[in-house]
Amino acid sequence: MSSQDTLAIEASGLVKAFGDTRAVDGVDLAVPRGAVYGVLGPNGAGKTTTIRMLATLLRPDAGSARVLGRDIVSEADAVRGLVSLTGQLASVDEDLTGRENLILLGRLLGYSRPRSKERAEELLEAFGLADATNRQVKNYSGGMRRRLDLAASIVVTPELMFLDEPTTGLDPRSRNQVWDIIRALVDQGTTVLLCTQYLDEADQLAERIAVIDHGRVIAEGTPGELKASVGQGTLHVRVLDPEQRAEAEQVLARALDAPVHLESDPAALSVPVDDSERASDAVTELFAAGVGVANFSLGLPSLDEVFLALTGHTAEDQTTDDDGTKMEEHAA
Amino acid sequence: MSTTSETRDPVVGEALHAALAAGERPPRPSALSACLTFGWRGMLKIKHVPEQLIDVSLTPVLFLLMFTYLFGGAVAGSTDEYLQYFLPGVLVQSVLFTSVYSGVSLNTDVTKGVVDRFRSLPLWRPAPLVGAVVGDSVRYVIAATVVIVLGLIMGFEAAGGLGGILASVALIVVFSFGLSWVFTVVGLLMRAPNAVMNTGFMALFPLVFLSNIFVEPETLPGWLEWFVGVNPISHLVSASRGFMQGNVDGTDVAIALGTSAALTAVFAPLTVRLYRNRG
Repeated sequence: MSSQDTLAIEASGLVKAFGDTRAVDGVDLAVPRGAVYGVLGPNGAGKTTTIRMLATLLRPDAGSARVLGRDIVSEADAVRGLVSLTGQLASVDEDLTGRENLILLGRLLGYSRPRSKERAEELLEAFGLADATNRQVKNYSGGMRRRLDLAASIVVTPELMFLDEPTTGLDPRSRNQVWDIIRALVDQGTTVLLCTQYLDEADQLAERIAVIDHGRVIAEGTPGELKASVGQGTLHVRVLDPEQRAEAEQVLARALDAPVHLESDPAALSVPVDDSERASDAVTELFAAGVGVANFSLGLPSLDEVFLALTGHTAEDQTTDDDGTKMEEHAA
Repeated sequence: MSTTSETRDPVVGEALHAALAAGERPPRPSALSACLTFGWRGMLKIKHVPEQLIDVSLTPVLFLLMFTYLFGGAVAGSTDEYLQYFLPGVLVQSVLFTSVYSGVSLNTDVTKGVVDRFRSLPLWRPAPLVGAVVGDSVRYVIAATVVIVLGLIMGFEAAGGLGGILASVALIVVFSFGLSWVFTVVGLLMRAPNAVMNTGFMALFPLVFLSNIFVEPETLPGWLEWFVGVNPISHLVSASRGFMQGNVDGTDVAIALGTSAALTAVFAPLTVRLYRNRG
C-alpha cells in the first residue's frame, strides 16, 4: 500500500513567515487516516498557521504538503472539496439565524434549495439547536455558537476536518459536547486534525500527537509514547502533615537518587522513577522514618510534564510570553 | 437569554450519527448560483440589520429637506426651483455613500472569521465578492426610492417621466457598482469596519461636494469650476438630471458608464487578488 492510501496528511518542511517571525519553521507531519491527530502546543507555537496552510487558506513559503493525496497548492480546489475547517473564531454569520447559516452553506455546497432546508433542520436537531433555529447567532451562547460552527463544517460530511482549538473559552459541559461530536465524527470515518493548547484534550481524544513549539515539531507519537519518552513514571506522595514534607523530601531523594519536585500543594511532592520496585521501597522507607503518608500513587507523567521535559518550559509559561506572536497569527 | 436549549441534553447521539452518516456529496454549484446565494445573504442582512439601511436612507432625507428649504431660496431663487435642480444630485449622493457599505460588510466578514469559511469552500473564488456587490445594488435601489418618493411629494416634476427616472436610477446603480469595488479594496486593507467607513466617507465627501450636485458650477471660481468639470460624479449627476428632465446628453452617460467600467476593471481584480492572497 502506498503512503498516499494510508495517510490523510503528509507535510514536509512547511515554512511560513510573517515579516521577521517564522511562525512555522519547517513542520513535518504524517497523519494517518480515520483517527484524531492532535497538534499540541502553546499559543504562538505555529499551530494555527500550520492548519491554515493545510486547509489551503495560506500559501506556504517553502515545503510541501498533500492532503488526502492532493497537493495543497496545485490542487487546492480538490482539497477544499474534501476538507472543512472550524477555526478559532466561530466562522458563522452572526447577523443570520442558525437555520439561515446552514441553508446558506448547503446552497454553496451544491444542494438544491429544498434539500438545503432539510439538511439544515437535520443538523440543528442533531446538534441540539432545534430551539434556537430562528434566533440570530449573535444571541447564541458560546457553546451553541461552537456547535453551530461544527454543524456548518459537516453540512457535507468531510473526509478530513481541521479543528483549531474547538473548546477554547467553553465551559466544561460544552467542552464535553464538543468532544462527543468529535468522537462521533471519527466513528463515521472522518479524520480529525485537532489543534489544541490543552494537554488533557489531546490526551483524551488523540490517537497520535505532534508537539509543536516555535514553529517546529519537537516530538511525535502516541500519548503513551510521549509520556514514556520522559521516564517510566512519577511517584506522587501526599504527607499527612505539611510540616513533615521537608523530611519526606530528604528520604525520597536518598532512596530514589532523583530530584524531588515540591508541588504547589504544601503536602504534596513528586519524584520521577524508572523502576516501580524502587518506588515501593522508597515508600516503605518513608513509613520507617515516621513520616505520615496520606496517599501515594505511581503514574505515568502527565502531558504537562512531557511538555516541560521536551521544551524546558511549561505550556502555560509561554501563553503569556508569546502574546505578540499570537496576535500576528490572528492578523494573518 | 433563554436557556431552554441548554437545559436539555443538546447533543442527541442518534440524530448526530444519522446526520453525520448522510454521506452524499452534491455537485459543486455554478459560479452564477454561488453569486446568487451570496446575493441572498445580502438580502437576509437587510432583513436582520435594518439599522444600516435606515442610516443610509435618513441622511439623504435630511439633506434633501435641509438644503431645499434652507438654501433653496438663496441659491436658486425659490425652494421649488432648487428642488428641480437638487433632487437628481442628492439621489446620486445618497447612492454613492451607500456603496461604502460594500467595503464595511466585507471587512466585517474578515474580522469575524466568516471569510475563512467561504474561502475554504470549493467555490468560484470571487463569488462571495461579486454576490455581495450585486446584493448591495438592492440597497442602492431602496436608497434611491426613498429619495425619489420624498422628492415627488415635495413637488419634484420629472419631465422625462417614469422612464427617465428609472433610467437615471439604473445609471446611478451601475456607477455605484463600479465605485463599490474601490471600497472592497479599502475593506480588505483596513483593520476594522469603522475605519473602512471613516475612510470611505472622508474620500467621498470632497468628491461629492466638489461637483455640480449642490450648485451650478458657473458660480464657482475658475479653478474650482475646472475641477467640478472633470469630476466624473458631475457627469453622472448631469446625466441623471438629463434623464429626469428628458434632455439627456449622451456624453455624460458615456463618461459615467466609462468611469464605472474603468473602476471595475482596476479595482475588481485587485479586490479578488487581495482576497485570494490574504492570510
